[in-house]
Amino acid sequence: MTPNVAVVVFPGSNCEQDVVYALRREGADADYAWHGDDNLGGADAVVLPGGFAHGDYLRTGAIARFSPVMGPVADLARRGAPVLGICNGFQVLAEAGLVPGALRRNEGLRFLCIWTDLIVSDIDTIATRACQPGQTLRIPINHYEGNYTPPEGVVPRVVFRYHDNPNGAWRDAAGVANDNGNVVGMMPHPERASESWLGSEDGRLVLASLVESCNLAALA
Amino acid sequence: MTSSNGSRVKAVACIDVMLKPGISDVQGQVVERSLPAMGWENVSGVRVGKHLELVVEGPSLEDLQQQVEQMCERFLANTVIESYSVSLTPIDA
Repeated sequence: MTPNVAVVVFPGSNCEQDVVYALRREGADADYAWHGDDNLGGADAVVLPGGFAHGDYLRTGAIARFSPVMGPVADLARRGAPVLGICNGFQVLAEAGLVPGALRRNEGLRFLCIWTDLIVSDIDTIATRACQPGQTLRIPINHYEGNYTPPEGVVPRVVFRYHDNPNGAWRDAAGVANDNGNVVGMMPHPERASESWLGSEDGRLVLASLVESCNLAALA
Repeated sequence: MTSSNGSRVKAVACIDVMLKPGISDVQGQVVERSLPAMGWENVSGVRVGKHLELVVEGPSLEDLQQQVEQMCERFLANTVIESYSVSLTPIDA
């Protein structure tokens, strides 16, 4: 079965087309879902793409987390289905409490649009299933608020670590997961590393992991 | 929302949202480092936060205080990294 992946479009999202393109390349039936929808049309998985949802007013993701579509997104997450938040999507997941922690301004107060080397530190998640433990992935970041901070007294699952921490993130965390590993938030953009002519194809492993996870969830 | 005697109060809520003490405040540090260049060598402990104001109406100040604190908990502050304080000033009583 071809997995059906919904890519949520908020007002201010700007990476949804790249994500849909890259997911289709990995064999998913990917399509857009509007933030005002109260259902995801029976999707097997959902991706919250990057951008500046609702202008990032108040805090990044603070308003988007109350969008009607976030109810069905939380339902999917609770059912153990794959949920991936990329960049702004990670910030929305964090505000919604679907992954632990918060994203603060980068240490150094610079907007960072650079390539990063990520070390895969947990392969038992929907974003890393197709990776090798300790594998290095070259995937770019593009953010101002990527300084990951866990809740007090909580040690979250770190899925990707920066080789050279660019933003001050706790334990070099570039991506974290919920306890189950079915909800992952990551600051780097795998869809921007999905063609050799973009400079790297390493992001394909992340999106292929998501697609593969849909198939496993369907078998379970 | 009306109290038993039907009276209502209106108040301006002033809300300050600050990064929690344990969280490094990069903006505050940059401001602090800039002040000596302007001649103020006597400044420390600079912290930068957010100030919000809103007008609320309800049966009592206590009730309004509670409501605004709920707004902060759910939306206006991210309590993973931020703390908040609320102060209410009654208007046209």
